[in-house]
Amino acid sequence: MEKKIRLPLTEENINALKAGDYVYLTGTIYTARDAAHKRMDEALNAGEKLPLDIAGTTIYYMGPSPAREGRPIGSAGPTTASRMDKYAPRLLDLGLKGMIGKGKRSDAVKEAIVRNGAVYFAAVGGAGALLSKAIVSSEVVAYDDLGTEAIRKLEVVDFPVIVVIDKTGANLYDMAKEKYCRE
Amino acid sequence: MRDIDVSIITDNIKELCIKANHFLSPDMTDALDSACKKEESDLGKLVLNQLKENLEIAGNDMIPICQDTGMAVIFMNIGQEVHFVGGNLEDAINEGVRRGYVDGFLRKSVVSDPIERVNTKDNTPAVIHYNIVPGDKVEITMAPKGFGSENMSRVFMLKPADGIEGVKNAVLTAVKDAGPNACPPMVIGVGIGGTFEKCALLAKKALTRKAGEHSEIPYVKALEEELLERINKTGIGPGGLGGTQTAFAVNVLTYPTHIAGLPVAVNICCHVNRHVSVTL
Repeated sequence: MEKKIRLPLTEENINALKAGDYVYLTGTIYTARDAAHKRMDEALNAGEKLPLDIAGTTIYYMGPSPAREGRPIGSAGPTTASRMDKYAPRLLDLGLKGMIGKGKRSDAVKEAIVRNGAVYFAAVGGAGALLSKAIVSSEVVAYDDLGTEAIRKLEVVDFPVIVVIDKTGANLYDMAKEKYCRE
Repeated sequence: MRDIDVSIITDNIKELCIKANHFLSPDMTDALDSACKKEESDLGKLVLNQLKENLEIAGNDMIPICQDTGMAVIFMNIGQEVHFVGGNLEDAINEGVRRGYVDGFLRKSVVSDPIERVNTKDNTPAVIHYNIVPGDKVEITMAPKGFGSENMSRVFMLKPADGIEGVKNAVLTAVKDAGPNACPPMVIGVGIGGTFEKCALLAKKALTRKAGEHSEIPYVKALEEELLERINKTGIGPGGLGGTQTAFAVNVLTYPTHIAGLPVAVNICCHVNRHVSVTL
C-alpha cells in the first residue's frame, strides 16, 4: 500500500504502517551511522545529553558523498543497518521512533521496535543519486570532525521508503523471500 | 625498455576513480535491463526501475551512483619491459586516488587504522595488486569496492572430499547470509583453489570480469550457470524485498591447489559492480 507521511512520526502513523507498505516521508530526519552511534552511546554512558532530541525522531543510517555546487547533498543512499544493532535498542527505549537503512536487524532490535511502538524502513540500497533528489537541505548539527559520519539534519520531501519491520514485529524480508523461494 | 612517467599513472587513476563511480560498464547496464524484463515481483520491478533511474541521474548530474564510493581496489598489470620514471609508482597511484576522490566529490571512506579509525580524508591508501606480465604496456583496472557487500564476503577452507557440491553449498550459504544486506541483485565473485589468500584474490579478480561472460573451462561454466539459477531461486530478490532476480552473474576463477585443500572464497558485490580499465 502506498502512503504519504509528514514527519515526525505519530503513534497514529505507526499504528497504521504494515510491513511491505511503500511510504513517502516528508519533514525532518537526522543522519547517523557507525561512528556517530558509538559517540552517542559513549555520551549516554557518561551521563551527557545527546546532540539531538531523540524522542519521536527518525534516524537515517547514511553517510553522504560531498555535495557539488548548487546541490544540498551528494549521493545519499542507506547503509547497512545491522552495524547499528548494538546501539539501536537503547535509542528506541529513549524514544527513537523511526530508522531508515537497509538489510537485516537483530532480534534485540526487533523486540525494541515492538516494545516501543517504532518502525524500521528500508530505502533502496545503491540508489544514492536518486534518493539525493528527495533531500532539499542538509546541515551538520553534531560531530563535524567525523566528516561523512557527522550527524546531519535533513529536510526531505517525498523520500521513498518501504516498511520492513512494523510495530507488530512483522518482517518484510522474511515474508517476501518465502513468497518467491523456489528451492 | 619503455619509459613511462608516473605522473601519467596519477592522471589516469584520477580519471578512472571518477568514471567508475558515475558510470557503470555496459555489461552491468545490460544485466540490469535484462533483470528488469525477467523480474516477476512488482516490488522487485519497482526497485530495478529505481536503479535504472538512479544510473541516469548519476551520469547526467554527476552524482555518484552510490554514496559508498568504495575503497579503491586497483589491479596493475605491468609489462616487464616497462620502466617507471619520475617518482615512486605506489605514491603516484595513491596521488591519483587522492585527486580522484577529492576533486571528483567522492566520499572519503578510508580510516588510517582498523582499530583507531581516524578518517584519512582523501580515501587513500588504495589496495593495489601488482602483476608482472610480458610486453611493454601497463593495464590498470580500477574497481572501487563498497563495504555493504564486502562485509558479507567469506572464505571457506573446504576439504578435498567436499568436492564441487561443497563449493556450491559454500557459495549459496554466503549469498543467503548476505541477503538484503549486500544490495541485491548481486554479482558473485568466486575463487577456488590456490591458498587462503590466493582464493580471495581470485574472487576479487572474478568480479572484474564482464557480467554475462563465462569461464572457458566447461565444468566451471556449468557451475557458474547452475549457481546463478539456484541463487535466483532463493527468493531474496532486488533490494532483498522478494523476487526472482537476486544475482546478475556468478564469475568463477580457479587455480591449482594443494593435495590437502580446497579453498573457496566468495566475494560478494552489490548491483553497483564498478570496474573500469585503461591500457597505456
